[in-house]
Amino acid sequence: MKNRSLISIDDFTKENYFSVLDAAEKFEQNPVQNILDGKVIATLFFEPSTRTRLSFESAVNYLGGKVIGFSDASNSSVKKGESLKDTILTVCNYSDLIVMRHPKEGSARYASEVATVPIVNAGDGANQHPTQCLLDLYSIRKTQGKLENLDIAFVGDLKYGRTVHSLVIAMTNFNCRFHLVSPPELKLPSSVKMYIKEKNLEYYQYTDPSEVMDKVDIVYMTRIQRERFSDPIDYEKVKNAYILNRSLLANTKPNLKVLHPLPRVNEIDLDVDDMPQAYYFQQALNGLYVRQAILKIILGL
Amino acid sequence: MEQEKKPIKELVVSAIENGTVIDHIPTQSVFQVIHILNLDHSDNQILFGTNLDSSKYGKKGIIKVSNKYFKPIEINKIALVAPTATLIIIKDFLVIEKKKVEIPDTIETFVKCVNPNCITNHEDVLTKFKVIDKTESKLKCIYCEKITEKKNMTFK
Repeated sequence: MKNRSLISIDDFTKENYFSVLDAAEKFEQNPVQNILDGKVIATLFFEPSTRTRLSFESAVNYLGGKVIGFSDASNSSVKKGESLKDTILTVCNYSDLIVMRHPKEGSARYASEVATVPIVNAGDGANQHPTQCLLDLYSIRKTQGKLENLDIAFVGDLKYGRTVHSLVIAMTNFNCRFHLVSPPELKLPSSVKMYIKEKNLEYYQYTDPSEVMDKVDIVYMTRIQRERFSDPIDYEKVKNAYILNRSLLANTKPNLKVLHPLPRVNEIDLDVDDMPQAYYFQQALNGLYVRQAILKIILGL
Repeated sequence: MEQEKKPIKELVVSAIENGTVIDHIPTQSVFQVIHILNLDHSDNQILFGTNLDSSKYGKKGIIKVSNKYFKPIEINKIALVAPTATLIIIKDFLVIEKKKVEIPDTIETFVKCVNPNCITNHEDVLTKFKVIDKTESKLKCIYCEKITEKKNMTFK
């Protein structure tokens, strides 16, 4: 994987996943290392982000490297009409690796074709967000001790959530059972379901989250956004049914953990945060170790 | 002694002296083929027919273009919208070559990605697709990973 760009979770083999997760485990033991001394990492965020950008920058800083970049395209020459190609070619001159988030789908793949340094995709529109997927895998393996033969519930917006799509595709490598809970208008797209069917794995669809809570090992929550509904009445009907609260978690398996890619708005009640099942902030911390591992492996250090 | 002439099958669409015949076109695709090959703006003599009887397919369409031999990229376009088509090269009223069109494994430059938010529809990027289903002409964009199907396919 040295010098290769990381664009889509589909580009990775099972062995590639494991080498990232194993390296991340070592960074969790020892996150402060000077291995990026003398390296410059560019973070180009054409679209805002809190966790992804800060955890990448934090990862570089803890490893002794320097960060350049922008967190908003309006502070860059993009505002003057510069093409993505020109921005990438310019920044390649000043850095050893580029982390980028861009609102257009396919932008990261295109950047990797023109760039002379590796590109790490930190989200290209609704398409891919592979580092989030790897930190989700890390969090699942860490809390369950394995990735194989698990029961995973995906709850909320399964249609537009790119983190859901990537994680479902990645988990089809591990013989999991999928419990898909969403309003009918936000079901998992057939292009993603295709991956489950190709491997002949079991999947079940529900509209009521309470049906799955006692069956599963992982609950992956997502936010349902008002703007996804053409009819506001439809949104009002579903919004309260997809809020995770203490009573929904009263009879879970003891090993159950709740994951969420964050930001959360109101889909998990605040008093769930103190329950042993809540894992989403730890999950965001794992993002630091996983991103350290990705930088190390791609730079061949 | 004069040789006895064989009865000639009557042609619904007249024969051409030189050029290419595109036969076995699905009837609903005839006008799309004309359009993507830009034949509606061509100066060549063109004859076409649709809803003709076909022993193989029930109904078919046919297009005959005089003095025109298609380039590989044009043949790829035909294959995408009319996968059952046969190309017949005619010289001096004789069939020189007959071949089935074939969809290649990758399609570059001439199909537009169906996804309005794809980078190829916003920057000066040539499109590239992996053909994931040859009979249904399903193309997966190598950039945004969305699938463009025959029914919503448009050409650059």
